[in-house]
Amino acid sequence: MLSYLARRIALMVPTLLGVALITFFMLRVVPGDIVEMKLRSDGGYVTQELIATERARLGLDRPLVTQFAEWMQGLVTLDLGTSMWTGRPVAEEIGVRLGLTMQVAVMAAIISILIAIPLGTLSALFRDTWVDYLVRLFTIAGLAVPAFWLGMLIILTLLALFHWSPPVTYTPFWQSPLENLSQLIWPALAVGYRYAAVVARMVRSSIIEVMKEDYIRTARAKGVFERLVVTRHAMRNALLPAITVAGLEFAFLIGGLVVTEQVFNLNGIGRLFVEAVSRSDFILIQALVMLLALVFVTMNLVIDMLYGVLDPRVRHG
Amino acid sequence: MIATLSARELTPDVELRSEEAAPVLAVEGLAVEFSTAAGTVRAVDGVSWSVGAGETLALVGESGCGKSVTALSIMRLLARPAGRITGGRVLFGGRDLLALPESEMRAIRGRDVAMIFQEPMTSLNPVLTIGAQLAEPLTIHLGMNEAEARARSIELLGLVGISDAERRLGQYPHQFSGGMRQRVMIAIGLACNPKVIIADEPTTALDVTIQAQILELMKDLSRRLGITLVLITHNLGIVARYADKLAVMYAGRVVEDGPAEQVFRAPRHPYTAGLLRSVPRLDQPRRQALETIEGLPPNLLRPPAGCRFAPRCAARIPACERDPPLRPMEPGRRAACHRAEEMPSALPVAPAPTREARRRPQPEVAGLLQVRGLTKHFAVPTRGLMGGKAVVRAAEDVSFSIGRGETLGLVGESGCGKTTVGRLVLRLEESTQGEILFGGRDIAAASEREMRALRTRIQVIFQDPYSSLNPRMSIGDTICEPLIHRLRMGRAAAQERCAALLRQVGLPAEMAGRYPHQMSGGQRQRVGIARALAMEPEFIVCDEAVSALDVSVQGQIINLLEELQAELGLSYLFIAHDLAVVRHLSQRIVVMYLGRVMETAERDALYSTPLHPYTRALLDAAPVPDPEVERARAPRALSGELPSPLAPPSGCVFRTRCPMAVTECAATVPPLREVRPGHHAACIRI
Repeated sequence: MLSYLARRIALMVPTLLGVALITFFMLRVVPGDIVEMKLRSDGGYVTQELIATERARLGLDRPLVTQFAEWMQGLVTLDLGTSMWTGRPVAEEIGVRLGLTMQVAVMAAIISILIAIPLGTLSALFRDTWVDYLVRLFTIAGLAVPAFWLGMLIILTLLALFHWSPPVTYTPFWQSPLENLSQLIWPALAVGYRYAAVVARMVRSSIIEVMKEDYIRTARAKGVFERLVVTRHAMRNALLPAITVAGLEFAFLIGGLVVTEQVFNLNGIGRLFVEAVSRSDFILIQALVMLLALVFVTMNLVIDMLYGVLDPRVRHG
Repeated sequence: MIATLSARELTPDVELRSEEAAPVLAVEGLAVEFSTAAGTVRAVDGVSWSVGAGETLALVGESGCGKSVTALSIMRLLARPAGRITGGRVLFGGRDLLALPESEMRAIRGRDVAMIFQEPMTSLNPVLTIGAQLAEPLTIHLGMNEAEARARSIELLGLVGISDAERRLGQYPHQFSGGMRQRVMIAIGLACNPKVIIADEPTTALDVTIQAQILELMKDLSRRLGITLVLITHNLGIVARYADKLAVMYAGRVVEDGPAEQVFRAPRHPYTAGLLRSVPRLDQPRRQALETIEGLPPNLLRPPAGCRFAPRCAARIPACERDPPLRPMEPGRRAACHRAEEMPSALPVAPAPTREARRRPQPEVAGLLQVRGLTKHFAVPTRGLMGGKAVVRAAEDVSFSIGRGETLGLVGESGCGKTTVGRLVLRLEESTQGEILFGGRDIAAASEREMRALRTRIQVIFQDPYSSLNPRMSIGDTICEPLIHRLRMGRAAAQERCAALLRQVGLPAEMAGRYPHQMSGGQRQRVGIARALAMEPEFIVCDEAVSALDVSVQGQIINLLEELQAELGLSYLFIAHDLAVVRHLSQRIVVMYLGRVMETAERDALYSTPLHPYTRALLDAAPVPDPEVERARAPRALSGELPSPLAPPSGCVFRTRCPMAVTECAATVPPLREVRPGHHAACIRI
């Protein structure tokens, strides 16, 4: 198991390298020049010389290969560079916002999975009854409703019903859990709805599949209580494919927060991303893309490791 | 109860006894319906039988006859909501199981009535340990605590012949072989000392030597523990060897039942008689052509009005328009046929087809196909940081030759390499070493271009006629595809040729418009044969071509293969595990075990005087459909399991299971030597 883990981690390197290469060069191809944009926003007359000096200061005049090599060197030494716009270290820019985004994402994931597994299972066991129809309605809606719209709906509902809106300033969890949760639970619900819908649908189809398996018939032939047939025999097998979906969706979740953070006026990774892109802040965009890529690959690794824990065939295979 | 019933020997008056003693389990007028998209199917239609304490009842019939549905209905385990019991009673211990509330029924399942299923590979939960699965019935029904359940589990594994029980309890199903998993299933079935065990095709998925082990074990346990056994099977040899009574089912009904010996000696229903005549048998001289039951079982969506067997019956009379009741014959026997008293003599013996009488051409000495020293090693990745490779020796130094118009049988159990050899000959797989000369040209070394030309001359018929046909293509398109793209025929010409091919394999030409799912297994296999014939090949590899088919249909396909050979002068490489079928079709036979050839000989020499201990074990393990022959034979089962092909034994690969093995067997690989003229065996002890 340990050697397998080591091999998998080693295999992450080429994947991340590929992402780095593509991101770096694609960013250089797309139109938009941070220097011009920054100088123009400062106002005043911008000369070619000014642009050239600024470019030289940011190191944008050097050959692309050199720039890439420098960036790679930075990555390896965990130096993500400095933001071309604010001039602050990228690590710092990300660091202050990462906590908030991760908290929303993890909360969304936990709530969703806790809802999705029982919902999906019930839906499968009561297939083609009103229970199933209700769950399917709920999940289809989850796929159809955009998270930002749901977010606005939540805010408006809170205002209309309770004349209360979630706080706008971020309070870290350890300072005041209640304050923190009352702010972040709503975006978590907004993005988590879709997540729950996707996972519940997967759990449903997976349970339906597993309930047809021969070993379920064996369990019943042994006289196992139906409740145990479902919880002990069916669910553990059915959760395997659901885990894959849940893991991959988690990575998408962080991407999905880009818009939702705007709605709730949260200063998170998503917002930073939007700002970085609108300012063509290459260094910051690169770092954010690498961060998302890292989340993706890590989630994949975690899924495979969980498979190993839940499925002995993978463990010994 | 257990002691009194244990060592009961079978005596002729068994039917008297079973009538005296109240039956342990009785099914009365059971009717089961399935709702399908096309309508309601009455899968079981008024089935009645009973079985006495300690007896073994075999429920026999072909696929779709309702035998498994009957078994599942007894347990009330039918897939809901599609299947539902619409009538009848199942009497067990004075209670009607069908009328019990679900909670009481659940308490009976696994405690009083246990069930063993066909597929040992999928019947155990892959994510739970064997120990956890064994303990379940013990804790649920007997209220044992963990320690007690563990102790009993160890005892049970010992009972079913699994050594090192304590360690194996912590293992998962995938760490067990198929035979071992079926032993675990039996242990689970035995856990609560049930009164009845229902075994649904318990050995169909297993190799013949493992099948013998499992059935001997079940029979022995049922004798020792006085357990009543309901054995569902399509294999008449198994019935003859292990059953006291049998009930033959056809199209959802019991058509005949009675004591096994009497039914086998004088079947009272033409279907039973036909089944017995259509299996190739090892205990009788090889017949020219197999007798078959023509036609197919009826579609139960619209069963025929009168006798359901009448459309296929050779002894049909006008009275068969009326439905014959299942009526008593001699004591303990019943049959559902208007002419039961006249059976089996009233059923005409089908004359051997005349074209079969044509003499076969003498196989040429040079041979159409010559295989020399063929070896195939597969590299399989192993786990670990560096991902090393292990080698599976799928075929090792295999040599044989096939003449024009000859059939060579390639026999062995799963994992012996027979399918690999077939794939190498077709060059679906690249050989590691050796030559495959086809008409003088080496297939193994042929270029892509040469191979394209050769492929039209070599064709293949696969085992599974369903998955080997493209479900999205009509039969006509499947057959025409190579004609149009390979032989550059016009569409009209190809369709004409397709119609001719379909007629040649005994299908109406209109079938060209159908899709595979609209056909029966036998029809699909005929399509597979037509597809192979389309290229007008000289040589066909038949890879388990009849193994997936029911007995009566299997006979039809075997006869078809023989007729085509006589007509077109084809050569076959017939790969199979069924020794009787191989004997029926082949002139010469190669026996393989764990990638190596054990013995090769002319057919009659091999079957009359097998030399290699493995061949003898195989012949011994195959039960023959005759109770008298079977009961006279001593119980025999080759012990042990197939060793891992990753680490085959040194020297002779068979030595770990060989009853004749001595220490020298481990030292050298025995060469294949000519023991008698034309009869080669690889064994140092003969």
